[in-house]
Amino acid sequence: MSDLKLGRARPMSPHLTIYRLTMTMMMSMAHRVTGAALYLGTLLLAWFLIAASMNSATFAVASGFMHSWLGMLILFGFTWALMHHLLGGVRHALWDYGWGLDAPEREWLAIGTLAGGLGLTLVVWLIYGIWG
Amino acid sequence: MTEPSLRTSRRRFNYLGSAHSGTGDHAKMHLTSLALIPLAIAFMVMMLRLGAHDYNGVRNYLGHPGPTILMILFIGTGILHMQIGMKAIIDDYVHDHAIKDAALIANLFFCVALGVTCLYALVRIGLA
Repeated sequence: MSDLKLGRARPMSPHLTIYRLTMTMMMSMAHRVTGAALYLGTLLLAWFLIAASMNSATFAVASGFMHSWLGMLILFGFTWALMHHLLGGVRHALWDYGWGLDAPEREWLAIGTLAGGLGLTLVVWLIYGIWG
Repeated sequence: MTEPSLRTSRRRFNYLGSAHSGTGDHAKMHLTSLALIPLAIAFMVMMLRLGAHDYNGVRNYLGHPGPTILMILFIGTGILHMQIGMKAIIDDYVHDHAIKDAALIANLFFCVALGVTCLYALVRIGLA
Protein backbone atom coordinates (compact mmCIF):
# COMPACT_ATOMS: atom_id res chain seq x y z
CA MET A 1 0.00 0.00 0.00
CA SER A 2 1.57 3.25 -1.13
CA ASP A 3 1.01 6.49 0.70
CA LEU A 4 1.21 8.56 -2.49
CA LYS A 5 -1.54 11.20 -2.73
CA LEU A 6 -2.74 11.33 -6.30
CA GLY A 7 -4.59 14.21 -7.94
CA ARG A 8 -7.85 12.39 -8.59
CA ALA A 9 -9.48 9.23 -7.31
CA ARG A 10 -8.08 6.13 -9.00
CA PRO A 11 -10.50 3.47 -10.27
CA MET A 12 -11.00 0.76 -7.67
CA SER A 13 -11.05 -2.91 -8.52
CA PRO A 14 -14.46 -4.58 -8.02
CA HIS A 15 -14.93 -5.63 -4.42
CA LEU A 16 -17.04 -8.03 -2.39
CA THR A 17 -20.25 -6.00 -2.49
CA ILE A 18 -20.76 -6.01 -6.28
CA TYR A 19 -20.39 -9.76 -6.82
CA ARG A 20 -23.28 -12.23 -6.76
CA LEU A 21 -22.90 -14.39 -3.65
CA THR A 22 -21.57 -17.84 -4.52
CA MET A 23 -21.08 -20.93 -2.37
CA THR A 24 -17.27 -20.88 -2.64
CA MET A 25 -17.23 -17.18 -1.73
CA MET A 26 -19.37 -17.74 1.37
CA MET A 27 -17.21 -20.69 2.45
CA SER A 28 -14.12 -18.53 2.00
CA MET A 29 -15.63 -15.93 4.33
CA ALA A 30 -16.78 -18.62 6.74
CA HIS A 31 -13.23 -19.99 6.88
CA ARG A 32 -11.94 -16.59 8.00
CA VAL A 33 -14.77 -15.93 10.42
CA THR A 34 -14.45 -19.37 12.05
CA GLY A 35 -10.67 -18.86 12.26
CA ALA A 36 -11.14 -15.55 14.07
CA ALA A 37 -13.77 -17.11 16.35
CA LEU A 38 -11.41 -19.96 17.28
CA TYR A 39 -8.73 -17.34 18.01
CA LEU A 40 -10.99 -15.78 20.66
CA GLY A 41 -12.23 -19.18 21.80
CA THR A 42 -8.73 -20.13 22.96
CA LEU A 43 -9.33 -17.78 25.91
CA LEU A 44 -11.95 -20.26 27.13
CA LEU A 45 -9.46 -23.14 26.85
CA ALA A 46 -6.84 -21.11 28.77
CA TRP A 47 -9.42 -20.33 31.47
CA PHE A 48 -10.40 -24.01 31.72
CA LEU A 49 -6.77 -25.20 32.02
CA ILE A 50 -5.73 -22.50 34.52
CA ALA A 51 -8.82 -23.22 36.64
CA ALA A 52 -8.04 -26.96 36.59
CA SER A 53 -4.45 -26.23 37.66
CA MET A 54 -5.71 -24.40 40.77
CA ASN A 55 -8.15 -25.55 43.50
CA SER A 56 -11.58 -27.15 43.15
CA ALA A 57 -13.41 -23.89 43.98
CA THR A 58 -11.71 -22.05 41.10
CA PHE A 59 -12.45 -24.99 38.82
CA ALA A 60 -16.11 -25.00 39.84
CA VAL A 61 -16.52 -21.39 38.62
CA ALA A 62 -15.09 -22.17 35.15
CA SER A 63 -16.85 -25.52 34.92
CA GLY A 64 -20.11 -23.96 36.10
CA PHE A 65 -19.98 -21.35 33.36
CA MET A 66 -19.15 -23.94 30.70
CA HIS A 67 -22.05 -26.13 31.77
CA SER A 68 -24.51 -23.18 31.83
CA TRP A 69 -26.75 -22.71 28.78
CA LEU A 70 -24.65 -19.75 27.60
CA GLY A 71 -21.44 -21.74 28.08
CA MET A 72 -22.87 -24.74 26.25
CA LEU A 73 -24.01 -22.46 23.40
CA ILE A 74 -20.49 -20.99 23.10
CA LEU A 75 -18.91 -24.46 23.23
CA PHE A 76 -21.34 -25.70 20.58
CA GLY A 77 -20.34 -22.75 18.38
CA PHE A 78 -16.66 -23.44 19.12
CA THR A 79 -17.12 -27.09 18.08
CA TRP A 80 -18.76 -26.06 14.82
CA ALA A 81 -16.07 -23.43 14.14
CA LEU A 82 -13.33 -26.03 14.74
CA MET A 83 -14.95 -28.68 12.53
CA HIS A 84 -15.79 -26.23 9.74
CA HIS A 85 -12.31 -24.68 9.82
CA LEU A 86 -10.71 -28.15 9.87
CA LEU A 87 -12.59 -29.26 6.75
CA GLY A 88 -12.03 -25.87 5.11
CA GLY A 89 -8.31 -26.31 5.74
CA VAL A 90 -8.34 -29.74 4.09
CA ARG A 91 -10.11 -28.12 1.11
CA HIS A 92 -7.40 -25.45 0.88
CA ALA A 93 -4.67 -28.11 1.13
CA LEU A 94 -6.25 -30.06 -1.75
CA TRP A 95 -6.28 -26.86 -3.83
CA ASP A 96 -2.63 -26.22 -2.93
CA TYR A 97 -1.77 -29.56 -4.51
CA GLY A 98 -3.80 -28.60 -7.60
CA TRP A 99 -6.74 -30.92 -6.99
CA GLY A 100 -10.42 -29.93 -7.18
CA LEU A 101 -10.00 -26.53 -8.78
CA ASP A 102 -12.58 -27.00 -11.56
CA ALA A 103 -16.10 -25.59 -11.16
CA PRO A 104 -18.05 -28.77 -10.21
CA GLU A 105 -15.34 -29.91 -7.75
CA ARG A 106 -15.12 -26.45 -6.17
CA GLU A 107 -18.87 -26.46 -5.65
CA TRP A 108 -18.92 -29.95 -4.14
CA LEU A 109 -16.00 -29.15 -1.85
CA ALA A 110 -17.80 -26.01 -0.64
CA ILE A 111 -21.04 -27.88 0.05
CA GLY A 112 -19.08 -30.77 1.60
CA THR A 113 -17.30 -28.37 3.97
CA LEU A 114 -20.59 -26.87 5.13
CA ALA A 115 -22.47 -30.16 5.48
CA GLY A 116 -19.46 -32.02 6.93
CA GLY A 117 -18.81 -29.31 9.51
CA LEU A 118 -22.42 -29.33 10.70
CA GLY A 119 -22.57 -33.14 10.65
CA LEU A 120 -19.36 -33.59 12.66
CA THR A 121 -20.55 -31.00 15.20
CA LEU A 122 -23.78 -32.95 15.74
CA VAL A 123 -21.80 -36.22 16.06
CA VAL A 124 -19.49 -34.69 18.70
CA TRP A 125 -22.42 -33.38 20.76
CA LEU A 126 -24.30 -36.64 20.38
CA ILE A 127 -21.26 -38.45 21.83
CA TYR A 128 -21.13 -35.86 24.63
CA GLY A 129 -24.82 -36.46 25.29
CA ILE A 130 -24.21 -40.20 25.63
CA TRP A 131 -20.96 -39.96 27.69
CA GLY A 132 -21.74 -36.90 29.82
CA MET B 1 16.46 -26.35 -11.92
CA THR B 2 19.92 -24.92 -12.45
CA GLU B 3 22.49 -26.91 -10.46
CA PRO B 4 22.26 -29.27 -7.52
CA SER B 5 22.12 -27.39 -4.23
CA LEU B 6 22.08 -28.28 -0.56
CA ARG B 7 19.64 -25.44 0.15
CA THR B 8 16.15 -26.68 0.88
CA SER B 9 13.25 -25.57 -1.32
CA ARG B 10 11.86 -23.69 1.68
CA ARG B 11 15.06 -21.63 1.88
CA ARG B 12 14.90 -20.89 -1.85
CA PHE B 13 11.37 -19.47 -1.88
CA ASN B 14 11.17 -18.00 1.61
CA TYR B 15 11.66 -14.33 0.76
CA LEU B 16 10.33 -14.33 -2.80
CA GLY B 17 7.33 -12.32 -3.97
CA SER B 18 6.80 -8.59 -4.30
CA ALA B 19 6.68 -7.98 -0.55
CA HIS B 20 9.56 -10.39 0.25
CA SER B 21 7.41 -12.04 2.89
CA GLY B 22 4.27 -14.12 2.71
CA THR B 23 5.63 -17.23 1.05
CA GLY B 24 7.26 -18.14 4.36
CA ASP B 25 3.95 -17.54 6.14
CA HIS B 26 2.18 -19.70 3.57
CA ALA B 27 4.65 -22.56 4.11
CA LYS B 28 4.23 -22.31 7.90
CA MET B 29 0.45 -22.20 7.53
CA HIS B 30 0.48 -25.28 5.31
CA LEU B 31 2.73 -27.24 7.67
CA THR B 32 0.84 -26.28 10.85
CA SER B 33 -2.49 -27.11 9.10
CA LEU B 34 -1.19 -30.57 8.28
CA ALA B 35 -0.13 -31.16 11.90
CA LEU B 36 -3.41 -29.74 13.20
CA ILE B 37 -5.60 -32.26 11.35
CA PRO B 38 -4.78 -35.15 13.73
CA LEU B 39 -4.10 -32.80 16.68
CA ALA B 40 -7.52 -31.08 16.42
CA ILE B 41 -9.25 -34.46 16.29
CA ALA B 42 -7.25 -35.61 19.34
CA PHE B 43 -8.14 -32.32 21.08
CA MET B 44 -11.85 -32.83 20.40
CA VAL B 45 -11.72 -36.38 21.78
CA MET B 46 -9.83 -35.19 24.88
CA MET B 47 -12.30 -32.35 25.50
CA LEU B 48 -15.17 -34.83 25.22
CA ARG B 49 -13.54 -36.93 27.95
CA LEU B 50 -12.75 -33.86 30.07
CA GLY B 51 -16.29 -32.51 29.75
CA ALA B 52 -17.63 -35.60 31.47
CA HIS B 53 -15.20 -35.33 34.43
CA ASP B 54 -15.29 -33.36 37.69
CA TYR B 55 -12.27 -31.50 39.20
CA ASN B 56 -10.43 -34.64 40.34
CA GLY B 57 -11.27 -36.50 37.15
CA VAL B 58 -9.94 -33.66 34.97
CA ARG B 59 -6.69 -33.46 36.98
CA ASN B 60 -6.28 -37.22 36.93
CA TYR B 61 -6.85 -37.35 33.16
CA LEU B 62 -4.44 -34.46 32.45
CA GLY B 63 -1.93 -36.01 34.84
CA HIS B 64 -1.20 -38.76 32.32
CA PRO B 65 1.65 -38.05 29.86
CA GLY B 66 -0.35 -38.86 26.68
CA PRO B 67 -3.13 -36.25 26.99
CA THR B 68 -0.70 -33.63 28.35
CA ILE B 69 1.79 -34.08 25.49
CA LEU B 70 -0.99 -34.06 22.87
CA MET B 71 -2.52 -30.96 24.48
CA ILE B 72 0.86 -29.14 24.47
CA LEU B 73 1.42 -30.11 20.81
CA PHE B 74 -2.11 -28.93 19.89
CA ILE B 75 -1.77 -25.61 21.72
CA GLY B 76 1.77 -24.91 20.46
CA THR B 77 0.94 -25.70 16.83
CA GLY B 78 -2.46 -24.01 17.07
CA ILE B 79 -1.00 -20.80 18.44
CA LEU B 80 1.61 -20.56 15.68
CA HIS B 81 -1.20 -21.21 13.17
CA MET B 82 -3.56 -18.60 14.61
CA GLN B 83 -0.83 -15.96 14.96
CA ILE B 84 -0.10 -16.21 11.22
CA GLY B 85 -3.85 -16.33 10.45
CA MET B 86 -4.62 -13.17 12.43
CA LYS B 87 -1.57 -11.48 10.85
CA ALA B 88 -3.13 -12.16 7.43
CA ILE B 89 -6.47 -10.70 8.55
CA ILE B 90 -4.74 -7.57 9.92
CA ASP B 91 -2.64 -7.23 6.74
CA ASP B 92 -5.81 -7.42 4.63
CA TYR B 93 -8.12 -5.07 6.52
CA VAL B 94 -6.03 -2.60 8.55
CA HIS B 95 -4.48 0.00 6.26
CA ASP B 96 -3.37 2.72 8.70
CA HIS B 97 0.33 2.03 9.38
CA ALA B 98 0.36 2.97 13.06
CA ILE B 99 -2.80 0.98 13.88
CA LYS B 100 -1.57 -1.95 11.78
CA ASP B 101 1.77 -2.11 13.61
CA ALA B 102 -0.01 -1.89 16.96
CA ALA B 103 -2.43 -4.65 15.93
CA LEU B 104 0.39 -6.93 14.73
CA ILE B 105 2.29 -6.44 18.00
CA ALA B 106 -0.88 -7.02 20.06
CA ASN B 107 -1.52 -10.20 18.05
CA LEU B 108 1.97 -11.53 18.78
CA PHE B 109 1.80 -10.64 22.49
CA PHE B 110 -1.66 -12.21 22.84
CA CYS B 111 -0.53 -15.45 21.22
CA VAL B 112 2.65 -15.74 23.28
CA ALA B 113 0.81 -14.91 26.53
CA LEU B 114 -1.91 -17.44 25.74
CA GLY B 115 0.62 -20.15 24.93
CA VAL B 116 2.61 -19.55 28.11
CA THR B 117 -0.62 -19.55 30.18
CA CYS B 118 -1.80 -22.90 28.80
CA LEU B 119 1.66 -24.45 29.04
CA TYR B 120 2.04 -23.28 32.66
CA ALA B 121 -1.34 -24.78 33.58
CA LEU B 122 -0.59 -28.11 31.89
CA VAL B 123 2.87 -28.42 33.47
CA ARG B 124 1.44 -27.50 36.87
CA ILE B 125 -1.24 -30.20 36.60
CA GLY B 126 1.13 -32.72 35.07
CA LEU B 127 3.77 -32.34 37.77
CA ALA B 128 1.34 -32.05 40.69
